[in-house]
Amino acid sequence: MPRHEVVSPIPGVFYRRPDPDSPPFAEDGGPVSDDSPIGLVEVMKSFHHITAGATGTIVEFLVDNEDEVDAGQPVAVVETP
Amino acid sequence: MRRLLVANRGEIAVRIIRAARDLGIGTVAVHSQADADALHTRLADTAVGIGPSPASKSYLVAEAILDAAERTGADAVHPGYGFLSERASFAAAVADAGLIFVGPTASTIERMGDKVAAREVARAAGVPTVPGTPGGVPDADAAAEAARSIGYPVMLKAAAGGGGRGIRVVHDEDALRGAFGQASTEARKAFGDGTMYLERFVERARHVEVQVLGDGSAAVHLFERECSLQRRRQKVVEEAVSPGITEAVREGMTRAAVALCREVGYTSAGTVEFLVDDETQEFFFIEMNTRIQVEHPTTELITGIDLVAEQLRIAAGEPLRFAQPDVARRGHAIEYRVCAEDPGQDFMPQPGGVGRVTLPSGPWVRCDTWLEPDATVPPYYDSLLAKVVVWGADRDEALARSRRALDEFAVDGIPTTAGLLRELVDEPWVAAADFHTGTLESWLAERKENA
Repeated sequence: MPRHEVVSPIPGVFYRRPDPDSPPFAEDGGPVSDDSPIGLVEVMKSFHHITAGATGTIVEFLVDNEDEVDAGQPVAVVETP
Repeated sequence: MRRLLVANRGEIAVRIIRAARDLGIGTVAVHSQADADALHTRLADTAVGIGPSPASKSYLVAEAILDAAERTGADAVHPGYGFLSERASFAAAVADAGLIFVGPTASTIERMGDKVAAREVARAAGVPTVPGTPGGVPDADAAAEAARSIGYPVMLKAAAGGGGRGIRVVHDEDALRGAFGQASTEARKAFGDGTMYLERFVERARHVEVQVLGDGSAAVHLFERECSLQRRRQKVVEEAVSPGITEAVREGMTRAAVALCREVGYTSAGTVEFLVDDETQEFFFIEMNTRIQVEHPTTELITGIDLVAEQLRIAAGEPLRFAQPDVARRGHAIEYRVCAEDPGQDFMPQPGGVGRVTLPSGPWVRCDTWLEPDATVPPYYDSLLAKVVVWGADRDEALARSRRALDEFAVDGIPTTAGLLRELVDEPWVAAADFHTGTLESWLAERKENA
């Protein structure tokens, strides 16, 4: 099955949840669609949604919650049918 | 006061270190990992690393800052703006550690930081407030009842909100009933407090704020600043004094701000924010900021008073050095916030390495910054690169000087907002001061469409 890498277009801090009290945007093994958010990257006090960019199943997250990411860094892998 | 710890970073940390040095006070910088080589870290007499790069693990960790103060023998802490500056518990912890907090007392920060309590203080001082509910409203029925006497449109505001967050405008009762529950739930989630109150919404509102200084008993004002040019409720350009109010409004507003300070026995520098209805010239108290503000240099340029130095003197126990008649104003000052953002990409933040940096200077131009050639703009903090502040004998001269200063500003490697600000100076509505808090966003939207 094809694998799609979800890439953060910007550097910053990666968050798996919209806010600390909410559940994660997406879980390992969970379904995602093209435009579903899978995380947030905080850069200079502004927050940017990272969308899956493909429809399928999340295979794994490559970074942890609150990890620092670079621009162009893959943050998750989606398996597409 | 012998040794001051500066609990901040960026241009304001540099600014505070300079004021302390002018007064012969030793300085301690604190820094995160990303700021190990930053200008403020190198300028201070001593520097202490306080944690990893994200602010939540460094500049927002009160214990790490107090520990740094103890280790370096600092006897005072200046919080700057943002970070811990308006956290009452931090001011209390500094005082409990036997150190001087450069700012008002913890109880004043707490009182003025709670919007409902602050409005009660304003009413007690005879300061006009925006028509609205005196406190929180329990439910949608009570909100609808209150809105009938306030008049639509009304704003639903979170008592614990700030920086434009937790605010909704509704135009009729149906919309109010629809929005109330969700807004309250969001406020509880975001701020830990779901209390909502109502306020009249002014369509053409100017944001004008009065700078004050108090020593606990006496208080003076240093005139006002106009901060109506905003994007997403963040100030972009500020000027002193306001070109949009009459002398009578200035008189009334500055007198009101001083009365408010006396009411709370205010100590240190502070800002009393007002909303001015551009149509009627009515002014209403919005809130008080109990800290030094980003745009303070404009006031310094028209009054010749170093606000940070005065904060330090007051914190050291000196009484105010001037009475109201001693505070004079001369000319006009304008500040431009140059940010590491790309106006062509919806103001997307642009961290990264920079190469050559040319900062404006010369006659009557001041540039407060942390930026240096070959520096890195870290992704962890706000996007402010530099504040370009100009003075002119009058507003026209200040605008002309703005053109020169912004033309000189150049940073290689990352996009900035300097070019956009330069474009703004040439707009006829800017020259005519014909704007309110929504004008800049409309102009940006129009500009985007035409591009």
